[in-house]
Amino acid sequence: MNETAGAPTYRLTEDQQLLRDAVRVLADERVAPRAAEIDRTAEFPEDLRQLLAAQDILALPFPEEHGGLGGDLLSVCLAVEQLSRACATTGLILAAHELGALPILLAGSAEQQARWIPKLASGEWLICFALTEAEAGSDVAAARTRAVRDGDTYRITGSKRFITHGSVADLVTVFAVTDAEAPRHRRLTCFVLEVPAPGFAITRLEHKMGLRGSPTAELAFDDVRVPVANRIGEEGDGFGIAMRTFERSRPAIAAQAVGIAQGALEVAAAYAADRRQFGQRIGDLQMVGAMLADMDAATESARQVLYKACAEIEAGSPDAGRWAAMCKLVAGDAAMRVTTDAVQVLGGYGYIDDFPVERMMRDAKITQIYEGTQQIQRLVIARALLGKGR
Amino acid sequence: MRIVVLVKPVPDPASAGERLGPDGRLDRTAAPAVVNGNDEYALEAALKLIAAAPEGSEVTLVSMAPPSAPDTLRKALAMGATRGVLVTDPALAGSDAVSTSRVLAAALRDLEYDLVLAGVDTSDGVGGTVPAAVAAHLRLPYLSYAARIEPDEAAKTVRVRRISPTGYDLLEAPMPALISCTQVLGEPRYPSLKGIMGARSKEIATRSLADLGLDPATVGGTVAGTALLETRTPPLRGATEIVRGTPPEGAARILELLATRRLI
Repeated sequence: MNETAGAPTYRLTEDQQLLRDAVRVLADERVAPRAAEIDRTAEFPEDLRQLLAAQDILALPFPEEHGGLGGDLLSVCLAVEQLSRACATTGLILAAHELGALPILLAGSAEQQARWIPKLASGEWLICFALTEAEAGSDVAAARTRAVRDGDTYRITGSKRFITHGSVADLVTVFAVTDAEAPRHRRLTCFVLEVPAPGFAITRLEHKMGLRGSPTAELAFDDVRVPVANRIGEEGDGFGIAMRTFERSRPAIAAQAVGIAQGALEVAAAYAADRRQFGQRIGDLQMVGAMLADMDAATESARQVLYKACAEIEAGSPDAGRWAAMCKLVAGDAAMRVTTDAVQVLGGYGYIDDFPVERMMRDAKITQIYEGTQQIQRLVIARALLGKGR
Repeated sequence: MRIVVLVKPVPDPASAGERLGPDGRLDRTAAPAVVNGNDEYALEAALKLIAAAPEGSEVTLVSMAPPSAPDTLRKALAMGATRGVLVTDPALAGSDAVSTSRVLAAALRDLEYDLVLAGVDTSDGVGGTVPAAVAAHLRLPYLSYAARIEPDEAAKTVRVRRISPTGYDLLEAPMPALISCTQVLGEPRYPSLKGIMGARSKEIATRSLADLGLDPATVGGTVAGTALLETRTPPLRGATEIVRGTPPEGAARILELLATRRLI
């Protein structure tokens, strides 16, 4: 594909198309056949994690100097989208891996990056992001897990809840309060903990509505020692690191949502072209045809906001937080609506697990909740509009 | 070890767009091109052989195809082939198996290799004669229907397990040799993302008939010795039941099926 020099392009680059198509083939042939079983057994698909590692998909978000592919944000999102189209749990393996690693990529020292990134890029290690607590969800700064300096280490005590991959990760990016008296946004500090570690325990695995193969853990820290060398940034930087992380991780969740919506749309369209009632294909009935058209338009709209958000964030837009929030908001709502309508198009067959749309509908719901609820996304967008909190 | 794999871009059999044009030739605009499935198995076998061979071993792709072929060959390069050689020339349109084998043999004369691997046939023409014909042109030992390939670099021989109606034949020949490859050799790998990115900078050398020293009047559609007279769609067969399970389970089920049809 020849792009006219200097002309802005509104299409994916050739590299991005190649990458997307390669992941799509893998998702269709290797991931999709496993999706129903992953959902039914609620077991983490270690085989697919190995596959993503072997195919360099887990290497996408990481710089080439540390064994990564140096993919831009949009490339990561294209991969998450294609995987999620087949299986949202599998898409989350990449999205959550990127989320956990972002603090190291954004604020880690050269030494810290050299220490951890190669094993994350190869997929040998998984990393998780541990910020949320039972009493600190949307209100991140209300976290109570404490980290107390003790010589060359910090001693961390507290617990984290709803931690994606918490039970399968080798590294835990954990946020803890180092100064409870500081202003709200200067209380938290970010650490990377290599696990297992004395005092660290997985105390609970959640039973979830969707993403059932993705383990969501409660993590307990009982006087866990973390070397000072594992602190990301300075004391008090944690809240800022988390917010910068979300600017790049929310698009990945939006990509997951777009992928789920696309997957459901494809099943619904194929069904409507095949299923006959009243002597015709149900897709030719105007009420069904209109639903399909709205589903397609909603999915494509969400995809375009996402791709545009990726381009703006990658270009260093001062509006990055707004773009990240907006794409997650639009895509999460689209995924919920499209999957719900897909179940409707399939009628009784949509409500049973002979078809994947009921799973997709259950999987879609979380995209309206995690990495900031839709209400938090609206808060971020509204504040940007009003010129506050940027 | 230097291995050449013969590869052919074919219409994607999964696209449902395979069709013939009014001239009886393949309509290449009707479906996206992919690497012929059996050639991917041959390439996979070649990649496994060079992975086990000394450093510096390599796989070269050789293809005779229209000028758009590099887009298709990139996938084979992404799987791990070292480089590609594409013979393309307007005069080659409409080539039959004889022309094709002469051209491929000419391209191979410019290369050094220990083994040439080819899929047993291609999903578009399904003739299955080109590999043997190439071997004949080059006077290479021809080992067909390989289910296993075991080269011995020190002895400069290769041993092949050939599928036969009753099991396997063991063939042994000096290298260089040409081997036609079956799917029993093992599933082709998926290209990794690094492989895909790396393939973009790999060399695909283009050769015209003049480069190969071939006279355009001696190859291509005008001198084809075969012609398509008529095509027919085979009649639909009845529903097929595939019996799966362990051999005893399968045997029991087959007995049951035969009994219900009063065949035993």
